[in-house]
Amino acid sequence: MKTKSNALKIAGRKSPARPQNGHPVVPLRERRLNFGTKWDYAPAPEESKNYVIAPRHELFINGKFVKPHSGKHFDSINPATEDKLTEIALGDEADVDRAVKAARRAYEKVWSKMPGRERGKYLYRIARIIQEKSRELAVLESMDGGKPIKETRDVDLPLVAAHFFYHAGWADKLKYAFPGKTPRPLGVAGQIIPWNFPLLMAAWKIAPAIACGNTVVIKPSKTTSITLLRLAQIFQEAELPEGVVNVITGVGETGTAIVQHPDVNKVAFTGSTEVGKQLAQMVVGTGKRITLELGGKAANIIFEDAPIDQAIEGIIVGIYFNMGHVCCAGSRLLVQESIFPKVVRKLRDRIQTLRLGNPLDKNTDIGAINNKPQLEKIRELVQSGVDEGAEVVQSRCPLPERGYWYPPTFLTGVTASHRVAQEEIFGPVLSVMTFRTPEEAVERANNTPYGLSAGVWTDKGSKIFKIVNQLRAGVIWANTYNKFDPTSPFGGYKESGFGREGGLQGLAAYCRLD
Amino acid sequence: MVEERAGSFTKRSIKTSAKLAGLKMVVSMVDLTTLEGKDTPGKVAYLCRKALQPAEPKYGVPSCAAVCIYPNMVKFARKFLGEQSPVQVASVATAFPSGQYPLRTRLDEVRRAVADGADEIDMVINRCAFLSGDYAQMFDEIAATKEACGPAHLKVILETGELVTYDNVRLASEIAMQAGANFIKTSTGKVSPAATLPVTLVMLEAIRDFFFATGIRIGMKPAGGIRNAKQALAYLVMVKETLGDDWLTPDLFRFGASTLINDVLMQIAKTVDGNYQGPDYFSLP
Repeated sequence: MKTKSNALKIAGRKSPARPQNGHPVVPLRERRLNFGTKWDYAPAPEESKNYVIAPRHELFINGKFVKPHSGKHFDSINPATEDKLTEIALGDEADVDRAVKAARRAYEKVWSKMPGRERGKYLYRIARIIQEKSRELAVLESMDGGKPIKETRDVDLPLVAAHFFYHAGWADKLKYAFPGKTPRPLGVAGQIIPWNFPLLMAAWKIAPAIACGNTVVIKPSKTTSITLLRLAQIFQEAELPEGVVNVITGVGETGTAIVQHPDVNKVAFTGSTEVGKQLAQMVVGTGKRITLELGGKAANIIFEDAPIDQAIEGIIVGIYFNMGHVCCAGSRLLVQESIFPKVVRKLRDRIQTLRLGNPLDKNTDIGAINNKPQLEKIRELVQSGVDEGAEVVQSRCPLPERGYWYPPTFLTGVTASHRVAQEEIFGPVLSVMTFRTPEEAVERANNTPYGLSAGVWTDKGSKIFKIVNQLRAGVIWANTYNKFDPTSPFGGYKESGFGREGGLQGLAAYCRLD
Repeated sequence: MVEERAGSFTKRSIKTSAKLAGLKMVVSMVDLTTLEGKDTPGKVAYLCRKALQPAEPKYGVPSCAAVCIYPNMVKFARKFLGEQSPVQVASVATAFPSGQYPLRTRLDEVRRAVADGADEIDMVINRCAFLSGDYAQMFDEIAATKEACGPAHLKVILETGELVTYDNVRLASEIAMQAGANFIKTSTGKVSPAATLPVTLVMLEAIRDFFFATGIRIGMKPAGGIRNAKQALAYLVMVKETLGDDWLTPDLFRFGASTLINDVLMQIAKTVDGNYQGPDYFSLP
């Protein structure tokens, strides 16, 4: 936008003084936008009663749902209401052993020997069934994780299907993916996924693994098991051979048991940097391959020559998408000092229009915080920001009485020495900082132990190319943010992990290339 | 991001009470339009009566904001509506739709339309001046037209379908507002594409920045291509979430449309009565 090319200056003309449309000229101090209830949207909840959640969920081993060895189950709740949704089986070491044995058997006898084009057919079939059932899966994902239906319906589920379709296409073309090499599967993959994108992370892990001929033992996060178990039913429906994918639900120790199982050949983990480091230490010297996709504290850099209204949308999407439960969230906003007041004013207005509430309402933009410990962590970190002198700006939206909620928030007056500028908050909280020159922007953006993603906003193409080559981050978006595609490799530098998921690089992580 | 953000407004789910209130607001914002060579006093009478009372009283539908017509039709509309009317008389002028005529004849058109009783003038910008980079000329012509309007409100049509890029739309919006526009308007309806959500969003953003810079609230009128109730509601959602409640009024937001009105009325009747009625149950403008 030619926002800087002031039309008056171009014209060299003076604007006539006038009252407008019967509306008086508003004095400087009273110029504000009024986002009230003059015309408000009625509730528009997605129908959920047709989708019944079984009162109890078991483990999925060797193509069947089986009771856990411990006989124990734990409650899974809806974070938006704190109502119990179902009980989930607590898997232990013995269950993991059963699952790995089933996966090994399937690998040796069936899956690794099957021609790629046959494997591909199963993936296509799974992708199609996911599309057919996407409404149901979106509703379940919203109920289980607190995510707004708008996102599960329009982002999560289309991407889940896309990942299976994409990797289905590779299954019989692996030789062409890696010219001159003979790609071979690794064996049994042990995979652990987080609670922020339960189905999507499952798709990122399972699709490339089985496309390349590996078999899988996968563990979802304790708070979000339901949709992965529903996906297991889809595997049954698609007649995926028994044992190719096994789902072990449970807690942290269950995941540790998978990583430490001697017959696992490859470990893939998405989650916190803290746990990632522990897992990396466990596999040292075992010969297991490992890929880690960990935390982030991405810089979203807004230059003064950016299209500001569009950058505001990118900032909003960058930090409030999925309540900020996104490892690549643009949680550090670096604004050129010359436009700082304007950007803050626009952000202040924009967060007022975000609608927080029932995740199943089609008009909800901000759903519930996934779990209670996370909510406490967000509160604690924002408080630390206040204690260290930052100013808090929050949406005035009312919070529901039950459930875990946190309003869209940003902090100004933040410097690089604030905890909120250094630590991953993993919530709807943005730290706003300033810079003066492109050099300073790059230096500050890279001044973090993480390196997963970054954003750059400017209308000047040459500046984009210069800056992106200096940023140390795995994914960099220019004039957009949080765009995902199965063809595009995703992963981090430094403490954000190693290995890539998606694209050819993601495929290579599940192949032995001799 | 412009298209993405504009698209997000179409995903708001407007149901029940919100739908009814929104649709009635749409009716109150319509500039009911006929701009054809074959327009006659008889046709203008149909249009004016429809604008005064769009539907049966039982639906509680407000009158439209204005009728929008050619200069030669202004006196007939004024006569039909009388001196005091809830429906404004808006006239296109300044060599609509091309603007490719001498300035003095364009200004003369404006003065005559106002003398005949026009409350509002919908002018077209000089795209020749804008696209050849002569922004000063474009500015001066708008300012001169504003002066010629006297007490009449001025809507400035950018004809965004001919400006093509968002950068151009944004710049033309700024020049028009600074030169004295009361409203900025997307299109004449004679060029495709006419109004779109992304283009309207860019103009609303320009209005927002102008408000914070000057304290002046400029109105917005998307025109052309808005044919059904669902589209119209998406525009209302966009205004609500971009400029806020203060702009949700016919004083500051209008729809330029002709076929839109009966689709909106059909939806209102459906919401009130619970079932759809055929098109013959709604009078033609």
